[in-house]
Amino acid sequence: MANPQELSKTASQVRRDIIRMVTAAKSGHPGGSLGITDVMTALYFSEMKHNPATWRRDAKGQDAFIISAGHLAPVYYSVLARAGYFPVSELGTLRKFGSRLQGHPCVTDALPGVFQASGSLGQGLSCAAGIALGKKLDGAAERVFCLLGDGESEEGQIWEAGMWAAHHKLDNLVAFTDWNGQQIDGPVENVGGVGDLRDKWTAFGWDVIEADGHDFESILKAFELARAADGKPKMILFRTEMGHGVDFMAGTHKWHGKAPSAEQCEEAMKQLEETLGDY
Amino acid sequence: MKKYTDQGKVDTRSGFGAGLVEAGRKDPRVLALTADLKGSLKMDAFAAEFPERFIQCGIAEANMVGVAAGLAITGKVPFIGSFAEFVTGRVYDQLRQEVAYGHTNVKIASSHAGITLGEDGATHQTMEDIALMRALPGMAVVVPCDYNQTKNSTVAAAAWDGPVYLRFGRPSVPNFTGPDEPFEIGKVYNLNEGKDVTILCCGHLVWEALQAAEALEAEGIGAEVLNVATIKPLDAAAIVASVRKTGCAVVAEEHNAAGGLGEAVASALAAAGPAPVEFVNGADRFGQSGTPAELMKAWGFDASGIAAAARRAIARK
Repeated sequence: MANPQELSKTASQVRRDIIRMVTAAKSGHPGGSLGITDVMTALYFSEMKHNPATWRRDAKGQDAFIISAGHLAPVYYSVLARAGYFPVSELGTLRKFGSRLQGHPCVTDALPGVFQASGSLGQGLSCAAGIALGKKLDGAAERVFCLLGDGESEEGQIWEAGMWAAHHKLDNLVAFTDWNGQQIDGPVENVGGVGDLRDKWTAFGWDVIEADGHDFESILKAFELARAADGKPKMILFRTEMGHGVDFMAGTHKWHGKAPSAEQCEEAMKQLEETLGDY
Repeated sequence: MKKYTDQGKVDTRSGFGAGLVEAGRKDPRVLALTADLKGSLKMDAFAAEFPERFIQCGIAEANMVGVAAGLAITGKVPFIGSFAEFVTGRVYDQLRQEVAYGHTNVKIASSHAGITLGEDGATHQTMEDIALMRALPGMAVVVPCDYNQTKNSTVAAAAWDGPVYLRFGRPSVPNFTGPDEPFEIGKVYNLNEGKDVTILCCGHLVWEALQAAEALEAEGIGAEVLNVATIKPLDAAAIVASVRKTGCAVVAEEHNAAGGLGEAVASALAAAGPAPVEFVNGADRFGQSGTPAELMKAWGFDASGIAAAARRAIARK
């Protein structure tokens, strides 16, 4: 297990990547990406059993990760590149013509580390559950992780998948929700009213774990609890803050899908330490 | 003309069920998934022989598509089965993102397609599914004509690299192709040579087209009957060559006009060999309750409707 200080340094670099990528692309989704950065860093640099050098789309011998909230592509791409799946220099091509880093992740261009396309919301948990069942059928011990948004949980298919995964006792499935309380049109409770996600997932037959998505000890502990082979799928509800790490972007939905200006990017860079070298 | 014998009426969905078992015996990666329609999709034999490879998804088609995509990612060959409407229109976005976009190896088993679903009425009688599936990049679209061909095309679909939409139906219809005729996705099957008109058809209308060709022969008209069992990828060269020879065509399908076999053929002919074409299809309307035979007649999908279209096409030459 990586130590929290190391993870924190990596996360700072990932946040720099996110801001610089989205600024250069002049579009994209920085707010949610910044909010789930610590969790994604802990996942790829500590919890997940994976090896970029031997990665295959079929996830043989490795854990798999499905991003259901595909607009969180910036954090996904940065973490993948920093973990060694493809050169970090490629991060600068986000959303550009001819890039493997499409606006939303896809497998068409065979970007290493990406198992499935995502962008149309509500679909990733079903796919993750399918991979989890595939691993069970193969007698494989690896697990499948899946990132959901809390706003995304307004999609009915999430709950179809929730019911089905519990019915099939997929305890090798670890879903986690970016519980930031925000979506494009405003606070989740004003827009869609997903209500108490703890009660809902518990009622659907899942093990529910709550954690602070900006405290590495809390994040790592939650992932550890989610290893239980108890016949139930796991849902970790990570309390997060949209835009976390950049003061003028934090705590609001206004940066959900907006790129910073060059000046704002510069201002953000002052708040985020360059720890691994910018791409 | 070449004689075809009805070896006994049987539903094409039973051909799928038999093909699924055969595909499952050939390849341990083959799985069957359904959304609470195991019996309707004739998956019982597969589920009995391979209980661990049959996956019940309940009445949640969208989730079933995603689960199948996940299974395919791990190297399985999942067939998802439901009624045609519920495995196309209801889950179009899921098929687009989870299956077609990544060329994920999921096979879509689509039963009860078209007007011949009969008594259930228009909510279940999809006449738009071929259009939806043709529109998806990389999706193969296969519409076999009888029990044997549905069985053999199911085996072919399992071996095909990439997503396949396999469409079949509910009613018992004549079974007239060979029991072990190898089926090739992408091939047009020439069932009868003729010089005056080419009848291009698929699914339940192939038998009707053969009956129409017999009736036309009695009038001295030679009808070439092409079973276009694969609508995509379309064997345009075979179609164009036939219509060049006969000078006109009829396209007959159990589907609405928009986006079906008719438009696929018209597009191929417009590009490489324009000729008068008459269309036998559902035009632009919904179905209604009735027996399959009543509906086939009312929609002009029977032999007499196809023969009439052939005469019109010839008159336009």
